[in-house]
Amino acid sequence: MTGDDYINSEILDEHFRTPRNFGRITGHDVEIIETNPTCGDTIVLDMKFKGDILVDIKYITRGCSISTAAASILSENLMGKTREEIEHTTKEDVLANIGLKLGPARERCALISYDAVQKGIKNHFKRK
Amino acid sequence: MKFDEVREHFPIFKKLDAEGIVYLDSASTTQKPFEVINAVTDFYENHCSNVHRGVYRLGEEATEMFNHSRENIGKFIGAKDREIVFVRNTTEALNLLSYSLGSTLKEGDEIILSNSEHHSNIVPWQMLRERKKVRLKFVNSRHDRPISPEDLSPLISSNTKIVSLTECSNILGNINDIRPISKIAHDAGAVMIVDGAQSVPHMPVNVKDMDCDFLAFSGHKMLGPSGIGCLYGKEEALEELPPFMGGGEMIRTVTKENFSCEDIPIKFEAGTPNIEGAIGFSAAVDFLRNLGMSSVRNHEKELIAYTLKKEEESNIEDLISYGTRNIEKRAGIYAFNIGEIPKFDKEHISSENVSVKIHAIHPHDLSSLADRTYGVELRSGHHCAMPMTEDLGVSATTRASYYVYNTREDVDKLFEAIKASIRRFGF
Repeated sequence: MTGDDYINSEILDEHFRTPRNFGRITGHDVEIIETNPTCGDTIVLDMKFKGDILVDIKYITRGCSISTAAASILSENLMGKTREEIEHTTKEDVLANIGLKLGPARERCALISYDAVQKGIKNHFKRK
Repeated sequence: MKFDEVREHFPIFKKLDAEGIVYLDSASTTQKPFEVINAVTDFYENHCSNVHRGVYRLGEEATEMFNHSRENIGKFIGAKDREIVFVRNTTEALNLLSYSLGSTLKEGDEIILSNSEHHSNIVPWQMLRERKKVRLKFVNSRHDRPISPEDLSPLISSNTKIVSLTECSNILGNINDIRPISKIAHDAGAVMIVDGAQSVPHMPVNVKDMDCDFLAFSGHKMLGPSGIGCLYGKEEALEELPPFMGGGEMIRTVTKENFSCEDIPIKFEAGTPNIEGAIGFSAAVDFLRNLGMSSVRNHEKELIAYTLKKEEESNIEDLISYGTRNIEKRAGIYAFNIGEIPKFDKEHISSENVSVKIHAIHPHDLSSLADRTYGVELRSGHHCAMPMTEDLGVSATTRASYYVYNTREDVDKLFEAIKASIRRFGF
């Protein structure tokens, strides 16, 4: 991947402009607010579970195109997955799904939603 | 040395020019001239030894070079060598003060800061508040004008013990006139601390003229190596201050029961110092002195004036910039946004894709695009000044900052890059 992929990425552009699963869940099981300390970007992530299965995931981002697009792609990939499958999703998987070579600062943008999901899983299942 | 010759002294520009990269992040850290690089390698190749210890030749050479560096850096700001404490950076200098000076405060004592401070001049005082139950008060100044003595006066009380302000904001570029502020602080019996991280590198600074008690600054922001900075303190103020870290170097005697301190400034320098850093820092000071600090200031004043003119001429829709437009009070720092993405409000979470709705380009996207399109390297985010970013009502800004090696062509490229980024985002 070259740097030009970032400015020409249609996936990124499309997910940023029309993010999937954008919004809030009324009656969510877990709500996480996660902030990227390098830029103050914020995500509010809601999740709803049926047993071990993630039946709904929604989010609001206040951030750059990468953080929004990454949350959108992640939400599509995780919807309907089990707790175990989500826990076994790695940062590398998330970055591979975005398909861009990112520097360390932008990687944090891409992973803010992932961090929120993992924190949400921990919080939700710890309570049980 | 003339300004059109400056770039030839910086080896990195061979590479950057060949790759078409324009470095506009000198408020974060600066590039290094070969005079500094050579001073550091010369120490390693010819004089490497510890200081203040060996009575052998190499040790004496290293000590002499280290002492000369202190004296040279002191002269640069109008201070005696005894008044210069070597630290890692501005942050460490301010932490030193928050511990040592802070230990002399009591519950209810007040410290005045401003909303345009770097986190390094906020967090150490907040940590002190946890320990000593002191009160922090903030000058909440507008982004488009420097802090004035009138802003400070209403906050002064009989409990004011410290006023700690930046001489130049790292996000707005506003230059604060410290002398009248020092007077107010001193009249109230308070200590005046100045964060000089963005002023000492860019303009003539004289501690006697501004009449501060302490001044903190970093080597890496003024052509020197990273990991070396200075805390200036008035001789009598330093003598009264309790030590900071304990260990080797800073002691005179140690018994199983107790210790006594070395004289200032060594009293504050526990452990082997950053010797090569100090020597490189001193070489950086020589380089700047050779250029002349008034000339450095004029060069940057011209660049920021040109930037503001380009901004007006460019008529870029949604371009909003921050900081005073009085160039006499403005350093070479230009923070801006393309559409303002409002700060996140936990109480009123909007369920809209705000950036898309208001056609804003997030600073992270803008700086990535500026880099990829025109090789223009900008900083984006809160610039370690979250309180000011919050007071601007935005989640982040993009910042260009200039130094001795930047040119008008660099400013031209900045605006080309901004336009190219907007075309790419194409709302």
